[in-house]
Amino acid sequence: MSVTFRKLYSALVLAGAVVVVGAAPAVAQTSLLNVSYDVARDFYKDYNPLFQKHWKEKSGESIELKQSHAGSSKQVRAVADGLEADVVTMNQASDVDFLAEKGLVVKDYAKKFPTNASPYSSTMVFIVRKGNPKGLKDWSDLVQPGVQVILPHPKNTGNGRYSYLAAWGYALKQPGGNDKSAQEFVGKLLKNAPLFASGGRDATTTFMQRKIGDVLVSFESEAELIAKEFGKGGFDVVHPSLSILTEFPVAIVERTVDKKGTRKQAQAYLDYLWSKEGQENAAQNYLRPRDPEVLKKYAAQFPAINTFTVDEVFGGWSKAFPAHFKDGGTFDQIYQVK
Amino acid sequence: MSGTIVRRANAEPRWLRVTLTVLGLGFLFFFLALPLVAVFAEAFAGGWGAYREALSHPEALSAIGLTIFIAVVVLPFNIAVGVAAAWAIAKFDFRGKSLLITLIDLPFAVSPVVVGLVFLLIFGAQGVFGPWLAAHDIKIVFALPGMIIVTLFITFPFVARELIPLMQAQGKDEEEAAVSLGASGWQMFFRVTLPNIKWGLLYGVILANARAMGEFGAVSVVSGHIRGETNTLPLYVEIIYNEYNAVGAFAAASVLALLALVTLVAKTLVEWKMRQETEMLETALPPEKTE
Amino acid sequence: MKRVLPGFGLSLGFTLVYLSLLILLPLSGLAFKASSLSFEQFWNVATGERALAAYRVTFGASLVAALINAFFGLIVAWVLVRYPFPGKRLVDSLVDLPFALPTAVAGITLATLYAGNGWIGRFLEPLGLQIAFTPLGIVVALTFIGLPFVVRTLQPVIEDIEPEVEEAAATLGASRLQTFWRVLLPGIFPALLTGFTLAFSRAVGEYGSVIFIAGNMPLISEITPLLIISKLEQYDVVGATALASVMLAISFVLLLAVNGLQWWAANRHHGKERVSL
Repeated sequence: MSVTFRKLYSALVLAGAVVVVGAAPAVAQTSLLNVSYDVARDFYKDYNPLFQKHWKEKSGESIELKQSHAGSSKQVRAVADGLEADVVTMNQASDVDFLAEKGLVVKDYAKKFPTNASPYSSTMVFIVRKGNPKGLKDWSDLVQPGVQVILPHPKNTGNGRYSYLAAWGYALKQPGGNDKSAQEFVGKLLKNAPLFASGGRDATTTFMQRKIGDVLVSFESEAELIAKEFGKGGFDVVHPSLSILTEFPVAIVERTVDKKGTRKQAQAYLDYLWSKEGQENAAQNYLRPRDPEVLKKYAAQFPAINTFTVDEVFGGWSKAFPAHFKDGGTFDQIYQVK
Repeated sequence: MSGTIVRRANAEPRWLRVTLTVLGLGFLFFFLALPLVAVFAEAFAGGWGAYREALSHPEALSAIGLTIFIAVVVLPFNIAVGVAAAWAIAKFDFRGKSLLITLIDLPFAVSPVVVGLVFLLIFGAQGVFGPWLAAHDIKIVFALPGMIIVTLFITFPFVARELIPLMQAQGKDEEEAAVSLGASGWQMFFRVTLPNIKWGLLYGVILANARAMGEFGAVSVVSGHIRGETNTLPLYVEIIYNEYNAVGAFAAASVLALLALVTLVAKTLVEWKMRQETEMLETALPPEKTE
Repeated sequence: MKRVLPGFGLSLGFTLVYLSLLILLPLSGLAFKASSLSFEQFWNVATGERALAAYRVTFGASLVAALINAFFGLIVAWVLVRYPFPGKRLVDSLVDLPFALPTAVAGITLATLYAGNGWIGRFLEPLGLQIAFTPLGIVVALTFIGLPFVVRTLQPVIEDIEPEVEEAAATLGASRLQTFWRVLLPGIFPALLTGFTLAFSRAVGEYGSVIFIAGNMPLISEITPLLIISKLEQYDVVGATALASVMLAISFVLLLAVNGLQWWAANRHHGKERVSL
């Protein structure tokens, strides 16, 4: 038996050595780590080679780009706890705000890049059953009795929060709308939800595969992913009369670029998102480009829609988040024991 | 001869045996077999080609490698502490033994998300040792060491839990005899104890191994999810599922199920060998207890 | 009694150091973080109505799941040890599956199976029995992840039952049911209790599989680990540690009680053996 142990031990030492040696050459090349939200992979999978080519031509340096994807808030918590991100590319400003509060990102990060530091945008739309049998056209149709609405958890997920705020903003903008009527409206909407999915993907599976609900509230950009997975024929996309403009802020993580000396590369990496190539790539991934020319080119795929931003209606995420989603906020009030 | 008669006298009536078998197997069918079939059905929804393609993706391969590597590294630690704990608990009397066993069980009861959180509170940048680690450029969380540490945490109880009842049942007569015949501590351990417990030990390792490979929640918190670097197989499964690649996700999950089956084959071998040994012992030795 | 065997100091010392470094120190960090709340704040977090509802759901569903596991786990272990049937090895190996399958995959798969159009749900829904996205779904997921604990603790014990015991009972005229109830069950009860406790404590902490099948409605199907995540989503780490500490304390007390009970039973058994030798 002792012989076996010795063999095992030497095997382990060898394995350890392989890891150490294997890790060493990785230091040699400049690399950037982009910490991002979970459905951004397709976008950056296409974008990263574009930037690598651009950067090689511009500076002669070949650069390694690493990606990390998971839930948006989870990702920024990891960055705050030490994950060495050079840049963060998120789907909600409150997540980058958190890093700004911790001093990892400059306070006015939104002004460091054009268009509110969000290189592309999207909006919340309805996915309905083929032919729209219940005739769901607008948010007001979703609160009717007998309509089942599928959405991710409004308090714990990014998509859920955008859906919640979209409905809230719609109600506010109706004639005579105020905070009280909006809360009532959203309360009715949530009553029509048979469940709260654990995330955007889970909501889609529930709606498409398990055939639960009459309407799924989702990012416009995800409709294309749904088509990719479940086929185009199974559903229709409905754009409501008014929806929320969802922004995807990006920022440089000061702590990391100072330590690694990668500020120049990180800046260029994010700047390039606003280039023609970057904007085209956004459009090809069904994210609305900010560049008017590119948007015009892809107009067929992005129907015109009236939108409002979180800043306009809610005074920014720093106000919207505590008012609606922190413990005791409007979401919790809807679910109080009476 | 008398054995078979006894067994017949003791056996449940046929209707009861059938009922119990149907109940037991029916339960397993609905709770284990059907989910397993469903996983494979999703994995092969795009056919064999899509399945193979999903698994030959470099990120999938790197995740498989990392998962196996972590499981292998964690193993000797689990063996060492499991054997030590079982030795102290099973062979000696001391105060606070129940407390010690409870503390060993504790990792089962801690929610995986909390396990990850706890290690961030210690090793994270805002944690107790965070500034010191950053100053010395030592990476624990969001790197391999952190992932190994949380895996050690969640797999800690298995080996000890498996060995304690076994070693208690075996008593200490054989070891005492060895010592009184002049064996040193390590001689006694390697010549007497280890051969006695080696299969039980392997059984514990196999369970710990399955858990180490399948763990998601705790590892997810400290991994950083860097593609091709710190994504284990369960993390990879979740992330590509979220990216609307169900075939890829379930294909990767089916690999985990198969890894479990491989360890299960090993276990079957182990158990078969154990049984053979006990049978050999039983035929070679007269029964010990005569009352 | 004099200690003849060596290694007590070494093995216990090593265990305690390892345990302290890997388990106790990190967990005390949790309590330390939670203690940065004042008692009143802690109390508010720990006993808010959502939290109380979540404890009820979590501990209730875990209890039901552990009971189901104890009942069916006993039958499964008994059948696997005692009765021959084709494919037994394969079935036996299947039991460990819940450890190896990532919990999220388990949750997604179970939700798909038990949804109204799933392989199982389509037969239950017409009967008015909705499982996925109700508290029953939580029970299903927790039953799945806890099953190996019961079966695997019972199997070796059932294998060890001496045939003489049953034989004696049978010759004394006991019916099979009496033999089981009076003779066999007391022997395997401690192991059943251990399996039940381990399954229960694992269920209490489970997150990954549950959120996919629970429906996550506040006050109805929200589990405590989800509330912990919810706190983290609000960047309220301290609140999360407060909830986690409450969970941990309850689990610790439960485990300690069961282990104490076990140890007491084992000692009694040991005492008898020493007398008879």
